[in-house]
Parts: sequence; structure tokens; C-alpha cells
Amino acid sequence: MTTKQFMIVNRKAPYGTIYGWEALEVVLIAAAFEQDVSMAFLDDGVYQIKKGHQTKGIEIKAFEKTFRALEDYDVTKIYVDQESLTERGLTADDLTIPVEVLSRAEIGKRMEEQDIVLAF
Amino acid sequence: MLHIINKSPYDRPAFDSVLKTGEGTILLIEDGVYAAAKGGAVEPKLKAAMGKFKIYALTPDVEARGIADRVIDGVMQVDYAGFVDLVAENKTNQSWL
Amino acid sequence: MKFAILVSEGPYTHQATDTAFLFAQAVLAKGHEIFRVFFYHDGVYNATRLTTPPRDDRNVVERWTKLAEAHCLDMVVCVAAAQRRGIVDEGEMKRNGKDATNLAEPFRISGLGQLIEAGIQADRLVVFGD
Repeated sequence: MTTKQFMIVNRKAPYGTIYGWEALEVVLIAAAFEQDVSMAFLDDGVYQIKKGHQTKGIEIKAFEKTFRALEDYDVTKIYVDQESLTERGLTADDLTIPVEVLSRAEIGKRMEEQDIVLAF
Repeated sequence: MLHIINKSPYDRPAFDSVLKTGEGTILLIEDGVYAAAKGGAVEPKLKAAMGKFKIYALTPDVEARGIADRVIDGVMQVDYAGFVDLVAENKTNQSWL
Repeated sequence: MKFAILVSEGPYTHQATDTAFLFAQAVLAKGHEIFRVFFYHDGVYNATRLTTPPRDDRNVVERWTKLAEAHCLDMVVCVAAAQRRGIVDEGEMKRNGKDATNLAEPFRISGLGQLIEAGIQADRLVVFGD
């Protein structure tokens, strides 16, 4: 099968809308198709991977566990925008998965290299 | 790379986000076309970005919103066929939802 | 050139579906091919045949079905998104013990893998959403 570079870009916060969850499903399927998958988190998207989500009270499934399963699917290219973290008072230590923190420009370069960029 | 923006710059950060992240070509569609309107607070930002980006706006969306008479000079307008061409010309595109 | 289109928003609330449709029309008018239109998130609402807009408004569902019939388009609704939102075909009705179907022809319900396949097969994939 042809392998293409897919980047899934997350710019929306979790729970307020479903986009983060359904984006994650795309990542897992793309990985199952053995595509070259990466994820980028910028703007409010960084909130998706913030540690310590307790979603019982809103009755929506938390996706922290699924994020931690990404490694089992060989999805290891996970980029986070430094500026978005800083703007929100977060550091890489606040995140639930190991990530590569990059500058905006660096993330922009990686986007350019892709065949397909799916933003949710 | 083609960046497709459908958000008003007065409401959401998509436009700012593209300016910070990339270079290449921007196509403003839907509410994104408000970035191309003269006289607003975003105008200087858009003009400054023109060195780095080619900026297009989708004419039907410009016209629908009553700003056809105030599109910033240098913003190129395209119809849906032009939209298709821009996608075809750029290897990668991203819709900044 | 081969295009694929992803529609991530439902009709009427957001313009995304309208833009996607007009874009699809323009793609075909220019002599390009559309490998697949994939409906995800609330985009699955584009596929209900029960849609009844006022007469002076566009009928989004009918517009898609006519375009699909004229150009043999493959229009696929994501199964997981459809199940969550109550978009049902014959198979889903039986499988989930429901009492009705509402999927318009010629939409079909299938897995998210169809989106990835569209990405692989098409030269360009364009996303329309909110």
C-alpha cells in the first residue's frame, strides 16, 4: 500500500466540542493503515493533552487513556507548539504524553512536508 | 502550501495562527473574508503579511457579506474554479478550522 | 487530478457544507475527478433523506444526491459518527435493532478507513468544516 504523510492538527480544546475525540479516531485508523502519521497540537489544542482530566461530572469519556495508547499504534511524532503552551501557562511537564515541543515556524515546516493535513 | 481560512479574524485566532506558523498562500473563505476588508484593525496585519503570503479571497463570500467595495488592494479574488486551481497548484493544503 | 472532500459540519447551521458542495461542482466542471466525498462529525446530517427545508431554501441533501447521481460520486458517511447521531441505513437498522432508516440514496455508511483510503488514493484532500 502507498504510504503517505498524514498530519492531524488539533487546535480545539477537548470536551467543549467533539473534534478532539474524532480526530484521535482518525489518527488511530491512519496508523492502522500503516500511514506515516503525526499529530500537531497548537492553540487551544494543547489543552487536549493536559494531564489530570476528571470528566465524570460532565459524563463525557475522557481521552487521556487513548492518548497514552498512541505509542502502541506507533504514533510517536507528536508535536506541540511552544508558544501555545506558554500563552496558556503550561509546560511539557503538564502534558499526559511525551511530546516534541517545537517553535511555530518549525511546526509550519513540518506541515509543509505533509501530503495530507487534517485539522479538526 | 495553501492555508484555507474560514474564520473571522475578529472572532477566532485562525488568521493569526496561520501568520505565525506558515508561509505560502492564504485563501480566505466564508467568514474568513472579513480579514480582507479595508479599514478594520486587522488591515495592517494583513498588509504586513503580504510579503510572506499570497492572499486570495473567495469572491462569492466577499460579495455575500457586502464588502466587495472595500477589499484591501493586493488581495486577489477567485471564484470556486479559482479555489480548485489553488488547491491543485499546492501540493499540501490545510483548512484552519 | 483526483480530489477527495471531507465534510465535517452539518447543513444549515454552518456554511461549510455549501462551500464543499460548490467546490465539488467546480472540481467536476474543471474536468477533475472526485474520488470520494466523506462525511464526518455532524457532516453525517448531510445524508438524511428526511430533510425538509422551506421551499425557498436550498435542499442540501437533494443537491448532494443529484450531483452524486450525475457524476457517479462515492459519498460515504462515517459509521461511528452516524451511529452517534442517528443516521441509519438498512444494515445499521437491523444490527442495532432500530425501527427506521433515514439514509438518502446514494450515500453509503462505512468506516473511517474510507477517509484514509481517500487520502491515499486522491491527489488532494480538502476539508470543509467549522
